[in-house]
Amino acid sequence: MPTMTDSLVAVAMSGGVDSSTVAALLRKQGRQVIGLTMQLWNQRRLPELSSEGAHGRCCSLDDVYDARHVAQQLGIPYYVLNFEQRFEEQVVRPFIQEYLQGRTPVPCTLCNNFVKFDDFIDFAAGLGAERIATGHYARIAWNEETGRHELRRGADASKDQTYFLFGLTQRQLSRTLFPLGDLTKEEVRKLAAELEVPVAKKPDSQEICFVPNGDYAAFIDAYFEEQGIPANAASGEIVDTSGKVIGGHSGVHHFTVGQRRRLGIAAGEPLYVIETQPASQRVVVGRNQDLLRGELMARDVNWISIPGLTEAVRAAVKIRNKHIAAPATLLPTGDAKRTRVLFDEPQRAITPGQAAVFYQDDLVVGGGWIA
Amino acid sequence: MRVDMAVRIEVIAVVNRFYFDHNATTPVSSEVLAEHIEALREVYGNASSIHHNGQRAKQALEEARRRVAAAIGAESREIVFLSGGTEAGNLAILGVVRASTKLRKHVITSVIEHPAVMNTCAQLEREGVEVTYLPVSPGGVVDPDSVRQTLREDTVLVTLMHANNETGTVQPVEAIGRITREAGIAFHSDGVQAFGKIPVGVNTLGVDLYTISGHKIYAPKGVGALYVRKGTKLVPLLFGGHHERDRRPGTENVPGAVALGCAAAVAVRDLEAESSRLDALRNRLERAILERVPHSGVNGGAVARVPNTTNIYFDGVQGEAMVIALDLAGFAVSTGSACSSGAVEPSHVLTALGLKKERARASLRFSLGRSNTAAQVDALAEAVVEAAGRLRSLSPAYAHHD
Repeated sequence: MPTMTDSLVAVAMSGGVDSSTVAALLRKQGRQVIGLTMQLWNQRRLPELSSEGAHGRCCSLDDVYDARHVAQQLGIPYYVLNFEQRFEEQVVRPFIQEYLQGRTPVPCTLCNNFVKFDDFIDFAAGLGAERIATGHYARIAWNEETGRHELRRGADASKDQTYFLFGLTQRQLSRTLFPLGDLTKEEVRKLAAELEVPVAKKPDSQEICFVPNGDYAAFIDAYFEEQGIPANAASGEIVDTSGKVIGGHSGVHHFTVGQRRRLGIAAGEPLYVIETQPASQRVVVGRNQDLLRGELMARDVNWISIPGLTEAVRAAVKIRNKHIAAPATLLPTGDAKRTRVLFDEPQRAITPGQAAVFYQDDLVVGGGWIA
Repeated sequence: MRVDMAVRIEVIAVVNRFYFDHNATTPVSSEVLAEHIEALREVYGNASSIHHNGQRAKQALEEARRRVAAAIGAESREIVFLSGGTEAGNLAILGVVRASTKLRKHVITSVIEHPAVMNTCAQLEREGVEVTYLPVSPGGVVDPDSVRQTLREDTVLVTLMHANNETGTVQPVEAIGRITREAGIAFHSDGVQAFGKIPVGVNTLGVDLYTISGHKIYAPKGVGALYVRKGTKLVPLLFGGHHERDRRPGTENVPGAVALGCAAAVAVRDLEAESSRLDALRNRLERAILERVPHSGVNGGAVARVPNTTNIYFDGVQGEAMVIALDLAGFAVSTGSACSSGAVEPSHVLTALGLKKERARASLRFSLGRSNTAAQVDALAEAVVEAAGRLRSLSPAYAHHD
């Protein structure tokens, strides 16, 4: 692949230390850089959800201020883009839909697949930027032998973000730079200080950007209210594994598989959410060992290191961001978009809506959504 | 799909910048600047003070007031200096409505007003005043008959802009003024985008209140004027000393007023020559773009407009991307309105004209001014053709056109 060191790069700047350091780093390397901030969500929209904690979160005015400050210091052109409509369509509404279907979605992946590495790449191209750069902890490499762009885990295992990037296509990977992929967070902060990036000491953001307090159920309830949807539309029963009704609830979106808290039921041993059944609005609870499953079906699978699955392949599979990838066998089905994953050992709380990402060591083979 | 990199790299380092956003603000002209600096340097007295320094400031202030009054055919005591167009609009609307002793109050405005008027009316609604927002024709014009039909027993104010900031459309203020005069109802017109571009005479127009902003006519930011016809009942928004005939307290911004007085006089002096020059340049720009960019057109072009403004849609192009692309190429133009983060929101004016959201988002405003030349206009047209072509080549939305 030709490397165009002199071409224009658009840096997706959030105002945080990672993307700010990316801009500073590329600038130091002598590249032509423009900084762009995607305004994704209006934090004032659901004011009942914002609190002191909302400050400094993604898309707040403070973040835009920080990003602009960094861009000015670096002397690069900088603009804020209004991506609110597409974010709502591509991320927020699907996020809510998933919860209502009894699944537990990963909005950051939706945002990556359909906003950051899709619309944003096109927008940048329109400005003459052939490449975009972000502050993700992941690595992209070109494999001469296979003729494919590969995605690998970031050097900092604790910060690796490939779990959220499994949906990237070859075209998207070919246009993306992850300049922090070889660095640890500690090294990035040191580098930021060396490069005199104004936000070098800014704390990391943790929660999903549009739900600053992390309370997804409250967000969904507030969104319903804003849209004029009756809040109790999703109430139903809590049942045990034998089908016996043991309580009621105010919506399946308040529950996620494996969760112990907030059941509001007194019982002899701890109860966990085993499954949510959106059709009947039922939430099934049971003992911890009822959560163990030996296999899953992944849908809408995206392959990265290989063009597709033709035979059984061994991989380590990660079923949520904090999960340690477990050894498994990937099996093709008749449908190219669906893959069966057989774990060597049963896994706890395989949660529909989360991603299953397939690894071979550092290499991301591909991934899909847990059906 | 291939992007022409060579051109792009150059433009990042562009030195020449051409400014085509005079409806947003204007640079301070050298004539105005000279008087402003002189006043800043020499006229430092408080215009309310008894001593010589104060008297000198008072003299400069009143001279400025006379110049502004003369520029719009008013008497000097009918001019209130204040901080700018937004404050003038607020004072006119809130001041008149709150001065009315009627039990029920009704205000008439339009759907294409500037936020300074629109959001002031929204505030009145929160305070229990009823507001009628008149629609506009597809060209962007309020029908005077609709004003007549909307007038009620309890109507206390009609507030309609003179020229629209986004399309340049000129409203039939004179015809509406006849109606409000006949009905004996106060009439405010926001003239921020009209004064300096077309002739303004408050008596010809039949307005009782008229808003002027300094920074749209080559004076600095932070100064403006409200014309208040004598006899119009108005209560102040702010409380303090007896400045500006008890209508606007606060130590007078004399250097600002001096600059506004100078700018107003210059605007009137140069109006005829400058407006015909800008009209020709604007038409040259429109012709060049419309001839060379397919599926483009003028929003609100078939009606009376101020000579410096054109608003053009480019179907299949995101206005936001186009503004950034043109900025990188050295041209300042605008689209929609900026929200607090600096991101662009679609224009409420264009959707009020009946444009679909997509077309409103695909529209750019070009507003010309003193510094622009034919050569600049040609360069801008060239850059617009290039940017529209490149953005369309990347746009899935545009694919169905060809």
